Amino acid sequence: MTTTLASESVTQPPAPEPPSLELASYGDRVFRWILTLGAVSIPVLLGFLVYELWVGARLAIAKFGLEFVTTSTWDPVAEQFGAFPLIFGTLVSSVVALVIAVPLSLGVAIYLTEFAPKSVRQPVAFLISLLAAIPSVVYGLWGIFVLIPILRTGAFPFLRDAFGFLPLFQGPIYGPSMLSAGIILAIMVMPYIMSVSREVLLAVPDTQREAALALGATRWEAVITAVLPYARSGVIGAVILGLGRALGETMAVTMLIGNRHEIAASLFAPGYTMAAAIANEFSEAVGDMHLSALAYVAFLLFVVTVLVNAAARLLIWRVARGSGVGSKAL
Amino acid sequence: MSIRSLGWTAVGALALGCGGGDRPAAGAGTSDSGASGGSIGGQATLILFFDTFTNEIYTKWFDAYAKATGVRINYQSIGSGGGIRQFTEGTVDFGATDGPMSDAQISALGGNVLHVPTVLGAVVVTYNLPELGATPLRFDGATLADVFLGRISKWNDSRLAALNPGVKLPAKDIIVVHRSDGSGTSFIFTDFLAKVSPTWKSKVGSATSVKWPTGLGGKGNEGVTQQVKQSDGAIGYVELIYAISNKLPYANVKNPEGQFVQPSLRSVTAAATAAELTPDTDFRVSVTNARGAEAYPISSFTWLLIQPQPRDSAKGAQIEAFIKWMLQPEAQRMAADLHYAPLPVPVIELVQKRLAS
Repeated sequence: MTTTLASESVTQPPAPEPPSLELASYGDRVFRWILTLGAVSIPVLLGFLVYELWVGARLAIAKFGLEFVTTSTWDPVAEQFGAFPLIFGTLVSSVVALVIAVPLSLGVAIYLTEFAPKSVRQPVAFLISLLAAIPSVVYGLWGIFVLIPILRTGAFPFLRDAFGFLPLFQGPIYGPSMLSAGIILAIMVMPYIMSVSREVLLAVPDTQREAALALGATRWEAVITAVLPYARSGVIGAVILGLGRALGETMAVTMLIGNRHEIAASLFAPGYTMAAAIANEFSEAVGDMHLSALAYVAFLLFVVTVLVNAAARLLIWRVARGSGVGSKAL
Repeated sequence: MSIRSLGWTAVGALALGCGGGDRPAAGAGTSDSGASGGSIGGQATLILFFDTFTNEIYTKWFDAYAKATGVRINYQSIGSGGGIRQFTEGTVDFGATDGPMSDAQISALGGNVLHVPTVLGAVVVTYNLPELGATPLRFDGATLADVFLGRISKWNDSRLAALNPGVKLPAKDIIVVHRSDGSGTSFIFTDFLAKVSPTWKSKVGSATSVKWPTGLGGKGNEGVTQQVKQSDGAIGYVELIYAISNKLPYANVKNPEGQFVQPSLRSVTAAATAAELTPDTDFRVSVTNARGAEAYPISSFTWLLIQPQPRDSAKGAQIEAFIKWMLQPEAQRMAADLHYAPLPVPVIELVQKRLAS
């Protein structure tokens, strides 16, 4: 997909140019070739990356095949590897993050574009964008020292008391857990979702709002009936952006997730993600099969990311059918 | 720490190495004009190492060595996985590691590698039981292995109680915390457990990353420490230096002579003293669970890896000079100041003899 997009944008000149101009302007041609080179380099780089991962993972692919995706053993000593808990952990922590971050950031975006007094809008938007500039290791440290103690003594026991009938909120509370990782991820992806949603909402024409208001809608009803539907494809795009970030986040997650190769129904239980496993084990992996298994994990992470993004684009196309703000950008 | 993790070292050149290639053209007479400012042949030594464990002592040594001799040593850190690969491929000239190379890795180098012990490290068992106060807990190897296997899950287990007479152990769940990242600390610790527990050896084994039967993974010494500190009833393992500088409580561990030994610089050095090194040893000896009444059983050498037949003899001589300097009492004292256990004198003499030959 990327390839076609890139090459289209490069090889389609806006209009046929008069030959004389082409000949006359040497600089233009150089400029064009430089840009072409730049654009082509992206798919080439991507292809090279995938190829390298594939080559690195060949040993593990030959030994474990597709069972790698469905088995759960991760034993570097016996050289038995299975990535199912990693894939599970990656997806679950990202979903938890989105469940928390989407309503929150969408709420903030709606407030900032529709309700907030002018003097508040810019400062708040700026502050939220600043969250995106914090390095993830700082989020991780903050998570260990501040967030986890609060969660373990306050939020988690409360959740267990209130919703303990759900398997999601049962079992012992350690602190580091799928839920802790999901919460830190939510905080980390929020600025992305919020900023993009806000831009999208700002781009909704005022006529939409005016029409709804003229029909007797309240401000709130105008947002729900006229603004959000118009902006939905862009908002979904914002969510996808956040999801992509959540899937690949490494440092903060590994510091908070508990790093256990296991699948548990409870969000209080520790888990593991693909990116975290690679970061933890790669630098000290000396066995060929161990290295290869980690490359295989990286390859799968790539596959998962591509699949999730493809699914998201399909969703956008179906929902938006090419209309509305932001759909063209996606 | 890193027992395995320490890392790799390259002597000079290679990083500056391209520079090295140019240098003859630039004129041999000014060959000491390298960016490093090194006064000997313009060669700097580049050491690549990884973890927090040996980090401090090598930094200190390089600094002191530069002041003493004018030879500056540059260093970087990478994991031992990549380090061993680079050492094998010859892109670095020497390395530093917490874990010895395997026979297969050595034969890939045609046997042209020597492990030179530099200092000793140890791993301690830390825990969070506020009710104990300052009394250190006592473990033996088998019990420790069963705790980390998840077979002993309560602090008031009868086996723990038997090891700790007079200590009132609470009826709390034991929360096991281990390193999630590959590390030399894990290597030493699992090496010890595999020696004292057949079950551990067959079910888990020893490596920088293993399949932990139970518990939570914390990233780095600090990750394990935070997790232990924050969880009532937690147990974990960290390197000795880290435990000392962070004032963590740590347990006394029973050695093969039946003594419960407190981890300290002395008891760690004692473990190396107890190691039986033959004159033709390759120094790749594990000193976990060493004999000797005073020996702390979860100790290990760390090594510099050098090539006895260096590709570049000038560089080889420089490395040798540094190692000789490092083995002097003065340099070993610097290690002790930073809470690294210095090598016992017989080991130093053995290394010196080996270097001379």
